[in-house]
Amino acid sequence: MPARPAHATVSAGPTAPGEGPLVSPSVLQLIGNTPLVEIRRVRDGVAEGVRIFAKIEGFNPGGSVKDRPALKMIQEGIRQGRLVEGKTILDSTSGNTGIALAMIGAALGYPVELVMPANVSRERKQVVSAFGAKAIFSDPLEGSDGAIRLCRKILAENPDRYFKPDQYNNEANPLAHYETTGPEIWRQTDGRVTHFVTGIGTGGTIMGTGRYLKEQNAAIQVVAAEPEDAFHGLEGLKHMASSIVPGIFHQDELDLKLGIATDDAYDMVYRLGREEGLLVGQSCGAAHVAALRVARTLDEGTIVVLFADFGDRYLSTNLWLGWQRLT
Amino acid sequence: MTQVRVPTPLRKFTGGSEAVEAEGTDVTTVLADLDKRYPGIRERICDESGQVRRFVNIFVNGEDIRFLQHLDTPVKSGDELSIVPAIAGGR
Repeated sequence: MPARPAHATVSAGPTAPGEGPLVSPSVLQLIGNTPLVEIRRVRDGVAEGVRIFAKIEGFNPGGSVKDRPALKMIQEGIRQGRLVEGKTILDSTSGNTGIALAMIGAALGYPVELVMPANVSRERKQVVSAFGAKAIFSDPLEGSDGAIRLCRKILAENPDRYFKPDQYNNEANPLAHYETTGPEIWRQTDGRVTHFVTGIGTGGTIMGTGRYLKEQNAAIQVVAAEPEDAFHGLEGLKHMASSIVPGIFHQDELDLKLGIATDDAYDMVYRLGREEGLLVGQSCGAAHVAALRVARTLDEGTIVVLFADFGDRYLSTNLWLGWQRLT
Repeated sequence: MTQVRVPTPLRKFTGGSEAVEAEGTDVTTVLADLDKRYPGIRERICDESGQVRRFVNIFVNGEDIRFLQHLDTPVKSGDELSIVPAIAGGR
């Protein structure tokens, strides 16, 4: 396959709804501007005055919310001269960020290498390789922290070869959400949002979106969903107390953090598929469990819960395979 | 003795050890012996009904027990049993 030249600049980003033609000059310009959909059935015990909307991040071209920070980190890397032609994009990821980096790298002509635990879902490994990226597997028993450590080692051995976006410590990660996810939610709810709920992996989504929303209205409550225990099955989410805490994550900016049991999140995924027609990933199940817990305490409000991806990337995982107990 | 490989989040039960030993003739009895040596670890792996939790994978010599005989999968001395969470955490 002939090598494509890396472009020196990136100009891509969300456009306002209704703006511009339906033809996009680049897949990167399809990132963002994801729809909100009202959750009408899976809201048992919630008062009529409370509306719940899910932001469907699976509509991003790479299939997840991670397209936003990946694009911003690469744009910033190019702008700062840290990512130049001849360099390879390297990062540790358990999946969605890797897919986003692989897609953007392919679109811009940069090679991509990704360190991931060997137990990430088969679909994720296949998608990454379909975009031409190289996957390097770390010990599955060490989880994402093992991938972080292996990635640091690879970088230390060859620092000039790589550009490492470092999603856990790169302020461009929350900035992407401050500039896009937050304003979209504000606009899509006509400023009526009262609560924002999402899972925490790197913390980028909740930090950036939360900051923007609180600047518009300081009363907006920012709620995080995390696994209730270090030993869990919620791919993409981190149990902060037992993890390497990302540098971009600041717990004091949250109003509330709810621990979610893996079983409850899985059951919620099954319900969302069957009752709402929304097949989403397990982190979305956890986020919706958290959203309902908050919703049940309210008489009125507008809750936006972020669904980070669709569920078809998890069909080979334990969520659907083998241990499934449909409710 | 069967070598049992323990994932990071469960090493608080094993005093930080990544690999420990337990005895048994199948996965059920190995897990029971493991729990005798490291009390509390089994209930993290199995639910109240005794079934392996949905997000936990158990491998015997690298083979997923779901595709063998589940908890009845035979285990002999020298085998390696790995307990692996189905996920990775962080994105």
